[in-house]
Amino acid sequence: MFDYTIRRTLLAIPTLLFISLILFLLLDLAPGDPTAQLPLTIPPEVKEKIRESLGLGQPLVIRYLLWLQQFFVNEPLHYLTEITGWDLSGDRQRVLSWQSRSPVVDIILQRLPQTLWVVGMSYVVGVLIALPIGIISAYRQYSWFDQIGTFVSMIGFSVPTFFTGVLLIVVFSVELGWFPSIYDTTHVVDDWSSFLFQVKQMIMPTMVLALYNAAQISRFMRASMLDNLNQDFVRTARSKGLRESTVVLVHVLRNSMIPVVTVIALGVPTVFGGAIITEQVFKVNGLGQLLITAIQANDIPMVQSLTFIFAILIVAFNLIADVLYGVLDPRIRYD
Amino acid sequence: MKSGAPNEQSPVLSVRDLCTVFGTRAGDVHAVNSVNFELSAGEILGVVGESGSGKTVTMMSMLRLLPSPPANVKAGTVHFEGRDLLQATDKELRRIRGGRIGFIFQDPMTSLNPVFSVGFQLRESLRRHLGMSRKAASKRSVELLEMVGIPDAESRLSAFPHQFSGGMRQRVMIAIALACDPSVLIADEPTTALDVTIQAQILELIRDLRRDLGMAIIWITHDLGVIAGIANRVLVMYAGQIVEHARVEDLFANPSHPYTRALISTVPAVRGHRAKRLNSIEGQAPTLLGMPNSCPFESRCSSAFARCAQEAPHRMQVGSSHDAACFLVENASHVATN
Ligand SMILES: Nc1ncnc2c1ncn2[C@@H]1O[C@H](COP(=O)(O)OP(=O)(O)OP(=O)(O)O)[C@@H](O)[C@H]1O
Ligand SMILES: [Mg+2]
Repeated sequence: MFDYTIRRTLLAIPTLLFISLILFLLLDLAPGDPTAQLPLTIPPEVKEKIRESLGLGQPLVIRYLLWLQQFFVNEPLHYLTEITGWDLSGDRQRVLSWQSRSPVVDIILQRLPQTLWVVGMSYVVGVLIALPIGIISAYRQYSWFDQIGTFVSMIGFSVPTFFTGVLLIVVFSVELGWFPSIYDTTHVVDDWSSFLFQVKQMIMPTMVLALYNAAQISRFMRASMLDNLNQDFVRTARSKGLRESTVVLVHVLRNSMIPVVTVIALGVPTVFGGAIITEQVFKVNGLGQLLITAIQANDIPMVQSLTFIFAILIVAFNLIADVLYGVLDPRIRYD
Repeated sequence: MKSGAPNEQSPVLSVRDLCTVFGTRAGDVHAVNSVNFELSAGEILGVVGESGSGKTVTMMSMLRLLPSPPANVKAGTVHFEGRDLLQATDKELRRIRGGRIGFIFQDPMTSLNPVFSVGFQLRESLRRHLGMSRKAASKRSVELLEMVGIPDAESRLSAFPHQFSGGMRQRVMIAIALACDPSVLIADEPTTALDVTIQAQILELIRDLRRDLGMAIIWITHDLGVIAGIANRVLVMYAGQIVEHARVEDLFANPSHPYTRALISTVPAVRGHRAKRLNSIEGQAPTLLGMPNSCPFESRCSSAFARCAQEAPHRMQVGSSHDAACFLVENASHVATN
């Protein structure tokens, strides 16, 4: 198992390098010019200077290698410098945003908490709702509970989040006035009432995404439980005189969780990138919104870094899912 | 029951008029029709019949192990240790399942939970029924695994089912079923999924365990050869009914139901001089939809006559501890008394 994990991690490195190259080439091919949004009054020679200062004059290979060095060497060194206080990075160039000329990684770290709070919380809430619903729906297949569950999940993943989001805003912010319609990122939680406000402003975006996540995961949970409920070992467990709760929540659930845990792990990277629309609707300035604005502004270093970080997360959580599978299922052996 | 002096013949389990119906879209499937039998202490009762004859459903109905719906145990009583299991509370039933009555199932590959260690699955029964501590249960589990002939039992406790061979897995199932020293063991085709040499080993093991522990056994099988080797008495089931009941020697010496005769003739005499061809019984078993008002074997029976299509025969005495549900028996006994 340990060997397997190491081997997979090493294999991930060429994979990620390849992905970074593809991303770089794609972004290079994309039409658009970072100087396009500068005022027209700036003379063309100056524009050309600006382009050169952004490093655009050099050939593709050089630019790619430069980016690699900035991302994989300069950025980590910079952080080591910050942590240890020794000057390791010197005057090494960090990856800079074309828009703000400040380091891309700093901006991402600034935006990360908003995304983690709202989108991460919605994922946790979604999973916590989905598991019991899936279990009960399967155990009471075709009951009214199951029917309602099926209906709600169908709505959950067929109605887009920009619709449910706007609907919630209209009902709960505009009509009822219970929750703010815009997420205030500058809000600081320092006492009880500010905490309550934080909860209030988180409820709607969290719920919109939680519904979406729960819809999918509860279906998985239900299907997986159904797969196992009719297995012979369940009959054996009952014939041993175990309580029904033990039969279902220990014997059946333990088996059913194997594929569901994998699905949950594979879904984690989408937490970071997938909430683009919901972040737009509720004006949460998290990573999703950062990506959108960077794309609109042709801020290639930002887009490149963000998409590459998403790629790292996807590869990492694929690996985690595989390893978890092996941990949960004693029949799987990696060697 | 308590009042009479307990003797060898007093039944540990007695089933009266058991009826089980499955509600299906096509209609009610009468899987078990008025089944009556008794199990004496320490005996091995064989149950034979083709696939779909209701052997499993009968056993599962007795302990209410069938999911309901679709199953509905409509009538009958199942007396065991002074109570009717069909009226017992869920709690009482759970104490009996695995505690007083142990089960072994056909497929040892799928009957054990793949994600729990063998030790976990053994301890679970011991702790639940005997209230043992984890440590005591582990100790007892090792003894049980040794008892069923698993070598190196102590280290095998932490192994998972897939790390055992089929035969060893079935031994584990037997250890689980016997963990709490039950008075009845129900073995539902425990050797069908195993190859012949392993099958013989398991039969041997069960025979030894019965001798040492003294539980009564209900042994379900397709295989009359196995029945001949292990059972004291035999029930022959067909279409959810018991069509013949006899001591094992009487059954082979004097099979009285045409179905039993047909079954016996399908057993290939491999050990004989020439292997006879395995001939299965012609025709199809009835669908079990609706209550039968004729002999269920009538359409496949070579000795059927007019009456067989008009009413269903009851079990009629052939000799002592021998009966069969066939009008021929009635006619024969007329002849005999004339
Ligand atoms: N869930 C169910 N729904 C409808 N009918 C069922 C169901 N389970 C069993 N039956 C019916 O009950 C009858 C008896 O089945 P049972 O499993 O007891 O047969 P069996 O004698 O054990 O056969 P086998 O030797 O194949 O194990 C079958 O004809 C089957 O059609
Ligand atoms: Mg069966």
